Formats: sequence, C-alpha cells, structure tokens
Amino acid sequence: MTNHMIDLKNTNVALIMGSNMAENHPIGMKWLTKGRLDPKRQTKIIHVDPRFTRTSAVADIYCPMRSGTDIAFLGGMIKYILDNELYHKDYVVNYTNAAFLIRDDFDFQDGLFSGYDAAKRSYDNTSWDYKYDEAGNIMQDPTLQDPRCVFQLMKKHYSRYDIDTVCSITGSPKKKYLEVLKLYCSTGAPDKTGCINYAMGITQHTVGSQNVKSFAVVQLLLGNIGRAGGGINALRGENNVQGATDMALLFQYLPGYIDSPTASDKYKDLISYIRTTTPGAAKLPFTNLAEFRAIAAAGIKYSGWRANTSKWIVSLLKGWYGDAATEANDFAYHYIPKRNDTKNYSHIALFEAMHKGEIDGLFINGSNPVVGGPSANKEQTALTKLKWMVSIDLWLNESAEFWSHTAWERAVDNEKVSRLTPKDINTEVFFLPAAAVYEKEGTAAQTGRWVQFRWKGADPVGESKADLWIYNELAKKIKALYKDSKRPEDEPITKLTWGYDGHDEEEPDILKVANELCGFNVATGRPVEGFAQLKDDGSTVCGNWVYCGATTWKDDKMIYKPQLRKKDDPSGLGLFPNWSWCWPVNRRIVYNRCSVQPDGVTPWPGDSDRLVWWDPTKPADAAKPDVLGTWAGWDVPDFIKTTGPDKPAFKDPFIMRPEGKGCLFGTRASFKDGPFPEHYEPWESPIAPIINKQAMNPATKVWEPDKQGKAEEYPIIATTYRVTEHWQTGALTRNLPWLAELMPNMFVELSEELARDKGIKNGSKVIVSTTRGDIEALACVTKRFKPFKVAGKEVHQIGMLWQFGFKGYATGDIANRLTPHIGDANTMCPEYKAFLCDIRRA
Amino acid sequence: MANMTNLYDSSKCTACRACQVACKNWNQLPASIKPFKGNYQTHEDTDGDTFTIVLMNEVDNAASGVDWNFAKFQCMHCLDAACVKACPKGAYTKTEWGATIHDPEKCIGCQYCTYACPFGVPKHRKREDKITKCTLCADRVTAGLAPACATTCAPGALKFGDRDQLIEEARDRVNYLQANGFPNATIYGINELGGLNKLYILTDSPDKFGLPVNPKTYGTINFWQNWVQPYFGWLIPVALGASAVSFITTRLMADKHQEHPVEGGHE
Ligand code: SF4
Ligand code: SF4
Ligand code: SF4
Repeated sequence: MTNHMIDLKNTNVALIMGSNMAENHPIGMKWLTKGRLDPKRQTKIIHVDPRFTRTSAVADIYCPMRSGTDIAFLGGMIKYILDNELYHKDYVVNYTNAAFLIRDDFDFQDGLFSGYDAAKRSYDNTSWDYKYDEAGNIMQDPTLQDPRCVFQLMKKHYSRYDIDTVCSITGSPKKKYLEVLKLYCSTGAPDKTGCINYAMGITQHTVGSQNVKSFAVVQLLLGNIGRAGGGINALRGENNVQGATDMALLFQYLPGYIDSPTASDKYKDLISYIRTTTPGAAKLPFTNLAEFRAIAAAGIKYSGWRANTSKWIVSLLKGWYGDAATEANDFAYHYIPKRNDTKNYSHIALFEAMHKGEIDGLFINGSNPVVGGPSANKEQTALTKLKWMVSIDLWLNESAEFWSHTAWERAVDNEKVSRLTPKDINTEVFFLPAAAVYEKEGTAAQTGRWVQFRWKGADPVGESKADLWIYNELAKKIKALYKDSKRPEDEPITKLTWGYDGHDEEEPDILKVANELCGFNVATGRPVEGFAQLKDDGSTVCGNWVYCGATTWKDDKMIYKPQLRKKDDPSGLGLFPNWSWCWPVNRRIVYNRCSVQPDGVTPWPGDSDRLVWWDPTKPADAAKPDVLGTWAGWDVPDFIKTTGPDKPAFKDPFIMRPEGKGCLFGTRASFKDGPFPEHYEPWESPIAPIINKQAMNPATKVWEPDKQGKAEEYPIIATTYRVTEHWQTGALTRNLPWLAELMPNMFVELSEELARDKGIKNGSKVIVSTTRGDIEALACVTKRFKPFKVAGKEVHQIGMLWQFGFKGYATGDIANRLTPHIGDANTMCPEYKAFLCDIRRA
Repeated sequence: MANMTNLYDSSKCTACRACQVACKNWNQLPASIKPFKGNYQTHEDTDGDTFTIVLMNEVDNAASGVDWNFAKFQCMHCLDAACVKACPKGAYTKTEWGATIHDPEKCIGCQYCTYACPFGVPKHRKREDKITKCTLCADRVTAGLAPACATTCAPGALKFGDRDQLIEEARDRVNYLQANGFPNATIYGINELGGLNKLYILTDSPDKFGLPVNPKTYGTINFWQNWVQPYFGWLIPVALGASAVSFITTRLMADKHQEHPVEGGHE
C-alpha cells in the first residue's frame, strides 16, 4: 500500500476493484465504514467485480465487469478524465511526467508498441524513452500541447476507449459504468481524494502488472497519490506477504528490492553490479568503488534515491559474510549465487522444471501448492518427480499428503490427467510440525508496511517449532558439515555469518536477526539510525535497507521499534507514528511530498490534510543550527530533508524514480509489455479482440500452447476466489470445526440463467471441466451472478472457491486442477482469475 | 434497571459471521456441520448447538440488479415473552435488564416453548433432552462485559447498550439511510410484540430480510399461562409420558396459532 489501512477513513471515494474486501479484509474494511460515518468525509464505496459479493452488498455502487477486462474498464476511465478535464491539473503538470517528451521512434500500432519481436514474444524497449536535449536534460512542454509529450500520447492512446467500446468488452451496463466514472473521477477535485483498493482479482492475470499500472495512471491524473485518503492499496491476502516480499520472496530481487544478479557480464563483479543497478551510471567513468564514490558524491544526474544502491548491496554483503567481506575481495560479491539469465524462477517455472525432473528437493513452508498452485494436477504430478520434499505446516495438508490414495481420486476419468498410487511415487516426504503465529514471537509486516511485533501467547503444541528455530538448526547443521572444508567453492557456506543463538543455544534470539536486518555500525555494534547513514565501505551492516532505522539505542539497550505501542495521533489522520514502525523510516504515506502544492507549503485548495511541508525557519540538522530550512510535518517526509526551493529537485516527489516524477508513461524496462496499459484478452477468452489485433498479451510466455482451451469447446468463463470463512488453501480453517461448519463443501456459483440452460438445480452436484482437468462441486445458483453482454453476445461466467481439498473437516475438489499454467508478462503471477471451462450436471 | 440490548445495523453488516463463531466460542457449543445446500447461509435455522445465524437473502432490485440482505438472527428477548408464558415448569425468566433466560435445570424438554415462540427460536438439544437458545450473554453482561457477538463485530454492525439510547441512535441512522439511497429503511423491534429487547436497523422492509413483518403470539398463550399451567401443570409429565398425546396437543396449539393473532405491529 502507498497508504495504510487506517488512512482509509480519510477517503472521499473508495474504488474496490479486483478485491472482495469485506470478505477477505474485514478488519481493513472497518476503516472504510468509519469514513462513511464521518460527516467530513462521507466516504462512498464503489465495487467493481464480475459477481455480486458481500463487498458489493455494502457498497454504494456495484458495477459488474467480465473477468480480465480491467484495463478496458480503467482505460475508459482515463479517457473520461481527459475528455472532461477532470484531472488535477497542477498536480499532473508538476508531479507527473505528463509534460515530458518521448522519443520520435516510439509508436503504437494494432496493439503492439514499437520494438516488438514476435519470434521472442518480447520487446526491445529502446524507443520507450524520453527525448533529451544536447545538455542531457529531458525535454518538456509544461503546456502539455506538444504532440510528443506524454500527456498527448496518452490522450491518443486512450482515444479508442470510448464508453460503448469499453462496455462491449467489459460487459458492464453502460448506466452503471457511467455512475462509477462520475463518482470516482470527482476525486480529481483538489479538495478530494479517492483510494483504490485491490487484491488478486487485479494481479492474477496475464496483464496483472499493467492492471496495477492503470491504477497508477488514474490516481496520478486525479492527484490521489501521496495524500491522506488517496493511494493505490494492495490488500495483502496473508498478513506477512508484505514482509516476505520485502525479504526477496520474488526471485528477481535481493532483500530490499535490489536486483538479484545473473550470471552475465552486467553483473560479473561488484562494480558491474553497481553500474547496472544505479540509474544513470551506465556510461560514467569509474572502474572501482573509490572512483564511483567520488562521482556519486558529486551527484549522478537522473538517478534518484537508487543512486545509493552501492551502499545497500555492500551493507548486505557485509551482513552475510562479515569479516570475510572486504573491499579487496569485492565484499564477497562472488559468494552470492547468480541466476541463469535465460531462466525464470517463478512458481510456474519452478513447477515446470520440477515436472521435467530438473529439481531434486523442495521445502514447502506454510504453503500448499497441491491446492493453491495453478494447474494443480500438473503440480501434484511434479512433486512425484522430486527425490525429497519437506513440508513445514501446522497440519498435514494436501501437499504433505500428495502421495496418498485420496490425493489421486478424481471426479471424472480423464486419460489426460495422471492418476498414481503411493507405490508409483518415490519422493521421500518429511513433515515438520510448525508453531502457529501465537505460539512464537516475531514481526509481521502488514499490508500498510507496518512492521508489528507479536509476542508469544502460548507454547507450541507438541513438537511443533517456530520457523526461525527450524532454519537456525538447519543452517547450523549445514555449516557443521562443511566446517573443515578449505575449498574456495565452499566459502559461501564456510564464511557465512550465522550467530542467532540465544543464551541457551536451544532457542534462537529473534532480536539478533532484527539487529542484522535493520543495520548496525561495524565498529560500535550500535544501530544505524536510518538508511541515509549506510555506507559502501564496509563500515555498516544492513540485511535489508528498507528496514534500516527500525532499531535504535537508548539507555544502553537496543529498542526495536516494531514493539512500540503508543496510541498518540497528533494529526488526527490515523498516522499513529509511535505505534509499531513502518518502512521506509516510519513513513506512513509514501510520496507524501504530493500532499502540498509545488511551493512546498500551501495545502491543495480546499484541502486541510497536509502531511508534510517545507519549514524555512528550522534547521534540518540539530548539529548545524544556523543552516535553516527543512522538510517537516505530521508524517516523515518522503523527501530529502534539505531539498529546499533553491534546488531543482524541489518539485520531484517520486524520489525513487530517476526523473523524480510519477510515471504516466513507464519508460524503458519499467514494464516488459509496454509503457501504457493496453487491454488484451486473457489467454483463454470467449471473444476475439475488439480494441486491437492481439489475441492476448503479446509479451507473456506461453508455457503449454496445447493446453489452451477454445471457446467452441469451453464457452464459459471461470474465475476463482476465497470466502471470508476460509483462509487461503483452507489448511488452517478447514481443520477448525467452527469454521468448517460455515462453509462445509466445495461449491461453484452460477447464474440462474446458466443453471436453467444446463438444467442445474441449486445445491445439486455439477462437473466443471477445462483442458487441465475436471472437478465435482455443489451448485450455488444465485442472482448474484448474471450473464454478460459482450461483443454483442451473451457470455456466462461462473466462479468457484479455490480453498478446498481432501483434508480436514470441510472437504471438496481442488479448483486449481482447472486453472492454467500461464502468468503475467512481468511477474509470472498465474492467471487464476480468467479462464475457460464447461459445466454440466454430475 | 433499564433494558440493555444489542442494536444490529444491516447497513453495516458484512455477513462475516464472526458473531456466529464468537457465540459458539463463548458458549462452548460444538460445530453442527451440515452439507452445503446452495446458500452461503449454510444453517437454515438456529439449532440446539447454534444460538445465532446470519440470514442471507437475495432479493431482486430493479435499480441495483440484486440486493443481498443480511440479518443476524437469534432470540429476540421479547419484553413480553411467549416462551415465559408457555413453559409449564417456569424455566424461562426475564432479567431486570430485559434478557430472557432459560434454565436447563428446570427444563423438562417438553418443547412447548418451541411452538409458542413467534420466531421459532428455542431449539431442542436431543442428546440432553433440553431446550437451548441465545442468553443475550447474561453471564457476560452481569460481569460488566458486552455480549460475545457484539464484542467481535469488526464493522460495528452490533452495538450493545441501553435500549432507549440505542433507539435514539437507530432513529438517526434510519433517517440518514432514508435520505441516502434506502427509502424503505426502518427500525425493527421497537413495537413488534410490544417491544423486543433486540433492535434492528434494516435497509428495507423486514420481509426482505426473512423476518416476520408482524410477528404474532396467540390467544391461547394467555389461556395457557392463566389457566392450564396453574391448575393442570401436574399433568404435563403424564402427557409427555404419552408422547402421542403430547404430539397432538402441541400440533393443535401450533395450528391454532394461525387463527388468533392478538399482538403485532411493525412500525
Ligand atoms: S460479526 Fe457483525 S458484521 Fe459479522 S455477521 Fe455478525 S453482525 Fe454481521
Ligand atoms: S424470541 Fe422466542 S424464545 Fe426469545 S424471548 Fe421471544 S418468545 Fe422467548
Ligand atoms: S448474545 Fe451471546 S448467546 Fe446471544 S447470540 Fe450473542 S453471543 Fe450468542
């Protein structure tokens, strides 16, 4: 989230899209309820979704939309904003790249951006860039009239997204669509803010990243980023998903969202790494760290805050390899593994590789791919190709028992689906019982980036152990195995620092992990007070630069700020600066420079909720009391404190971006599939493309072309989702009788119209089939699903829970046996949310 | 002492059913897992182990396409309670703050109350041959706590407090709702059956929520309370011994209910 849960109470209009917020984020939803009751905000809620859910039931406007057509829906909104001049003009001109000119060779034709290579299904993005003048400055036209400026190119791009075309793609009733446009776009007024709350309904598509990018365009145009009650709010489905992502859950990152290196020239040594990852450094004259430091100190043009990447990577390496990391040996950069440049290591790719027998062993932690993975029949089969597998979970879930007889029972005999028995499977399976959240201590970084400490409430049951304990023991055992090795290739293990044991060596000390993660000075062992103090000379250690500043030293002991529990909220905006700690540097709303006008002081006309401001009367640094002028405010300024009106960057609120602006146009490598979001049909779609000539996202990888379902055979759209009564794959909740009774069986939701066509009775058994498999479920015939009118024809959509499996009190077939192995062009996030199926009576 | 109760606001409820689970947790009620029948509501009615459920009704609506109406359902703690009158053993009593309490020690499992209650709330728990129902968490309330269901409700759809004050709040809220897209918004529980010690803010008429518009008790109830119980109460165990007789009497009474409404009045 750019903002945070409590800030939802400050919004005028909330657009919930691709999320069933009331069901899946009930506690977050409560803050919207508060806004509704606040006479100052009178929050209105819009819900856009293929089906009417418990969120729709409490929304002010519900607008249906066919699964997989978000960009069409939002593209129409962008056009509506531009045509009716509803954008926040001062904000757009000053804080976005609307005025920037784009290279003349950038082009868009028939749904393809310039630089497309059909054979590789990928783009050469050279032309997706700004125009620079001779002095190396980006050319701009603040009047927004130049035909090559982002604003005009955007206008042209979305000119095709008129309301009738959009509704014929999305299937939304025109009247409802207009109601949504009118209400949401009213937040472009300078005294109003609107927030967009989304979840997996947005990301689990072949165009998932561009769906989110469309939100960014809308929110930047309406001036809703960096302000109280605004923002783009990713609602995380697991409490600590944010924390896991921060810690490099995604394969392309090291902790703190810095590049994980590949085995290529670009990353061959530390200097190459720094050259590649520091924006603006590619052609600068340096051959070693000392030269780079001198250049960086003088300032690198168009680099932004990422100019500090060298400090983050060196402090990370120093944490991992301690004394073995020195300037002379590249801070042991050569110890960290390098990815194969040509390979993808996402979930789908790993299971494809496993299915081919390329992977020997697998650790599964609190995850259940046999239920939750796409194309679950294939993923279950892939597990049989492993030599060994370790499942770490609270219960023996479906993945832990993928080898059992029940695991291979299928509703329908289908020769395309493997059916094995335990005697066919040689994978050795280990199960380690894990402690539940309340049985261990540690932090969880929630969706608003608040890192909150949780104290242990009860002892773990039986032999179950905290994950930290399990990994601490594992690492110690591995290090013991290598302890006598003198081989250089073993040094990544022998030289790895590992000292997290507590007093008795039995239990690890989690604060020792926190200390390394948040950073300390090598000489003193004392915390580094913020990432601005990190160094690239080996004098600081920091396991994750975004967590730097979460520790401090007071009265001779370390204070771990996630443990803070003070309830003061001087701004009244719900920032609660002393309740836990939030990355980065306790900044509750990022890009908050945007909450004031370009002069840095004046609130937006009619708005009273400034988050930060320029104060010319106070010093930025207490040690230099006569140097006056600093950024100050209710929130921690997302700005370099000393950047005053005399500096050119004074109006550049997006400090992580090289050009300092919010990007309506995403330059170069920002996205693999284009600088502007463009609607493409899902991989499996019931209609031919309407708005361009591309059948699907041209830049995404197709793993299994033969598994693409065709509308003639599979005419019905399917989507998957959760209900409030069950949690993720249901491993936790289907084992709890009180929750199992609330949703006892697997069901499929369908409209009364489709049920009539197919002769399906409410509550009766049905079979759903795709090219990947078949499942049996109970029918939930409901008024809450309605057929869509799409491209002039009636199209049906059904929905099913992906939370069932064969273990626990509440059981049922696994919906993911139906979903495809295809994902987003950028993230490879699977397209769980839109695929084709057929349904019949069982 | 003033009446204390829960105000339930259907415009805030998300049907998360946390109240249903909190109730089971506080009252240590076992799960009653029944097969899914095609409705999220899953439990068609309260049962011996389920004191409260959330009714979920899908209703056609010309403007929005469909409404999905939620209403938490449990004992209404009627101020003038039919169950109190029907019970031959005096198992039901009213607390001074308005809760209707059922004492299992006195209950003989005759089930007359199940027919007398205009909402069909009391349920027979076979394994103990006793009646069970929502207690308005009297044990918590007397200890100074709010009921378990009201404590857990995240969106604030349930609020426990002084009945008169809650009625004032409900009036304000209904005025607001009527002016903001819910012209039929109404309060349920002020006058129904002479007043329920449960209040509802409904965004539409009660029938759209699965609640009786004019709940009724029947003439026979007063007859029963004033005549049969005092003079023939000793007959009850005998009658129960002859279960066929019991069955017939209760059925007859249930039938009569259809004919003689004496109280009602939705506002
Ligand atoms: S806990 Fe509250 S919101 Fe949830 S179902 Fe019960 S009354 Fe409704
Ligand atoms: S709802 Fe039924 S059980 Fe509850 S007090 Fe009224 S009559 Fe008695
Ligand atoms: S008041 Fe107590 S007993 Fe009654 S429904 Fe609520 S939690 Fe259950």
